[in-house]
Amino acid sequence: MTEFFFFLFAAMAILSAIFMVTQANPVASVVYLVVTFFALSGLFVILDAHFIAAVQVIIYAGAIMVLFLFVIMLLNLGSGVPADIRRGLARVLAGSVALALIVVLTRLVLGDPGTEALDPSALASVLESEGAVRALAEPLFNRYLVAFEVTSILLLVAVIGAVVLARRRAP
Amino acid sequence: MTGAPLGDLALVVSAALFAIGVAGVLLRRNVIIVFMCVELMLNAVNLSFVAFSRTHGIDGQIVVLFVISVAAAEATVGLALILAIFRHYESVDLDLFRRLRW
Repeated sequence: MTEFFFFLFAAMAILSAIFMVTQANPVASVVYLVVTFFALSGLFVILDAHFIAAVQVIIYAGAIMVLFLFVIMLLNLGSGVPADIRRGLARVLAGSVALALIVVLTRLVLGDPGTEALDPSALASVLESEGAVRALAEPLFNRYLVAFEVTSILLLVAVIGAVVLARRRAP
Repeated sequence: MTGAPLGDLALVVSAALFAIGVAGVLLRRNVIIVFMCVELMLNAVNLSFVAFSRTHGIDGQIVVLFVISVAAAEATVGLALILAIFRHYESVDLDLFRRLRW
């Protein structure tokens, strides 16, 4: 059963990612990317990352993709835009680079002998006893506290930067 | 079933998604879609972090949280830049943005 849903979500993610790249209409691309993110969040649930799955839906599929849609509509790119997919040599280049990446990364992953000895249910038992949020929160607010605070400064800088960049300058 | 554990299969899926993202960056000229492909690549890496965290402890998932927040910051600044560039060129075609190229 778990395997069935894993392959279902994996196929959904990969297929809609391919559609996202090959779709000429930007709005359709955004919708396909949202489908990819939902499928990825399903994969996260199967891989024992429940909190990450929730964050993925709320932040990525919710907030960030709405931001993309908003910009596309603000720039009026919804329909009638000329097809922007490159032709000729660029297609061959993109396809061969992608194929080479898949082959190299897959061989790297499946050829690694060290993963056999590790227990894939080690994390599941921790999550079972502590709950999905506490297991994540304790190291986040102890060991990774500095990184957490630096991230908050980064977000503040990003907000100010976005406001400054997007502001219309006075003539 | 193939017998390969789900963690390894997730890494293969992650590699495929990352490769699709790279192909999209090379293939598209619309700067917003190129930007979306970058987001797809970030998510592919998140998937492999989550897959690794099953065997290597919870730290992988914490890294994913940081990646998501950095991606959110990157998306806001990037889209603001795209807005500013669009005001100048009246276009989102990457091949037109050659002011910093020679």
